[in-house]
Amino acid sequence: MSIEIRKLHFSYGDHEVLRNLDLRIEPAEVLSILGPNGAGKTTLLKIIVGLAKPASGSIVYDDLPQERLNLRQLAQLMGYVPQMITPAFDFRVIDYVVTGVAPHIGTFERPGKTHYDKAMRAIEEMHIVHLAEKSYMQISDGERQLVSIARVLAQEPSYILMDEPTSHLDYGNQLRVLQIIRRLSESGFGIVFTTHNPDNPLLLGGKTAIINRRGELFYGNSLELIREDVLSELYGIRLTVTSEVSTGRSICYMPSLAE
Amino acid sequence: MSNSKYATLMLGITVLLALMVLTALCLGRYSINPIDVWNVLKAKLVGEATPDEAMHNILFLVRLPRVAASLLIGAALSLSGAIYQSIFRNPLISPDFIGVSSGASVGASAAIVMGLSLQTVQLFAFTGGVLAVLLAASIPKLMRNSSNLMLVLSGIIISGFMDAIIGILRFTSRESDQLAAIVFWQMGSLAKLDTAQLFSITPPILAALILMIALSWRINILSFGEQEAKTLGLNVTRLRTLAILCASLMTACAVCVSGKIGWIGLIIPHFGRLIGGSDNTKLMPLTALLGGAFMLLIDTLARTLTSAEIPLSILTGLMSAPFFVWLLSRNRLKVL
Repeated sequence: MSIEIRKLHFSYGDHEVLRNLDLRIEPAEVLSILGPNGAGKTTLLKIIVGLAKPASGSIVYDDLPQERLNLRQLAQLMGYVPQMITPAFDFRVIDYVVTGVAPHIGTFERPGKTHYDKAMRAIEEMHIVHLAEKSYMQISDGERQLVSIARVLAQEPSYILMDEPTSHLDYGNQLRVLQIIRRLSESGFGIVFTTHNPDNPLLLGGKTAIINRRGELFYGNSLELIREDVLSELYGIRLTVTSEVSTGRSICYMPSLAE
Repeated sequence: MSNSKYATLMLGITVLLALMVLTALCLGRYSINPIDVWNVLKAKLVGEATPDEAMHNILFLVRLPRVAASLLIGAALSLSGAIYQSIFRNPLISPDFIGVSSGASVGASAAIVMGLSLQTVQLFAFTGGVLAVLLAASIPKLMRNSSNLMLVLSGIIISGFMDAIIGILRFTSRESDQLAAIVFWQMGSLAKLDTAQLFSITPPILAALILMIALSWRINILSFGEQEAKTLGLNVTRLRTLAILCASLMTACAVCVSGKIGWIGLIIPHFGRLIGGSDNTKLMPLTALLGGAFMLLIDTLARTLTSAEIPLSILTGLMSAPFFVWLLSRNRLKVL
């Protein structure tokens, strides 16, 4: 029961984005993906969920190669939370969240009471009950991000892949999403998410994959992999990772604004 | 909108529509009072001898087919508008704005100029409509620009091109009856409705309508965007192709009988969203009813306002353009 990525290559035209990449995603585990802008983090997620085709390499889900699964089976196995959602039409939040059950019901079937109940539980889990009846177009980007996570909970896949799930969130909601990520992984979901904040994997532990500007991937335990020298080289600036005595964990900070 | 509110709304519109149908049956050059209409209809229903032969003929040979055609065509055009808007994620398009109506008119006109049969006219109209929508959808792809504006622009280009072809057909047709038929095609009218035509478009329109309403929840998901729909397990290509075919079939059938009628496919779905929300499971049936009602109103006005029949596009344009400006000014359409 795992997702295995072997010898993956991906390029946009002549520009090689991902280079000979190997990665394993396990159930009940959190995998954080760090990397500078344009390194191919989103591309990697899209390839894993089947939205983009790699130039070469294979993706195997529980011993089944990706080509052998249809979209519905993929959607039962994996849920995807995109970074940005731009709605074209107005829906109630609850009607949007309930679409998460789509891969579990028939083509001509519509969601019934049990599905709406499931959607409501997901909304409660995200602490956004006050948004349930609101119009999806009139809430903020950050609120939409929480709504989008609620939908993936209603989808109940084995793995959840999130593209910068904390990017539009305020401080309180960032922490809340990290707590949800931990709770979900503890209850058996495999979680993969991209982030620009090294403190997220430092807080969550688990595994981290770092993609650098050359499209190479480094993989290891978060607490061992995220070191000062690695991060400073990755982002091309001097960064400090220190152990915070009062909390007993490491934090990453920018030491000064001086050149 | 809650389910009970929606049920009340649909019931209200249905009752209103029934009254409109009765009124439309009464009105005309030879006006019949509602009680006589009722008696003639009842006699037919229970199989008794008709109380008045002349009234019976007017109702069953002229007015009833025309009312039925209005309802059917209004529903078909409005519903296809709602479908195109959803699958292209673009509230600014409609069968006439994206070139389908023009394409269908070209197909139908060409078949008429060639003197082909009724079924062939329909087939040509359908082919023309589908070709136009495929062309309109492929221009943004060629330009690598998938903005709402680009698709609207592309629809204008295709419509303009198709209208030019109709112009050529019109310019080259020598016989005056062909010419009249093509002019009629450009402005829309039910004055020359033929019951055989009505019977031939009813099954395809109803089949497409039922299939689309059955799939309306999936079409909601498609309206969130291709990537979201795929990650929810939808076969996007198949569903979108089916939706385009159904919407184009409905438009082409409508165009075959009534010619090109502008605006209705754009504003009725918007009006539906305004009163019932964007959820297609509710919007599609609502739009079909509203479209039928609007078309019935327009056609009844067209045949009763003056002694000559007024082309339908004139009336829909006069009524819809101000409504659309009002919609834009309410800022309900933040799309470009």
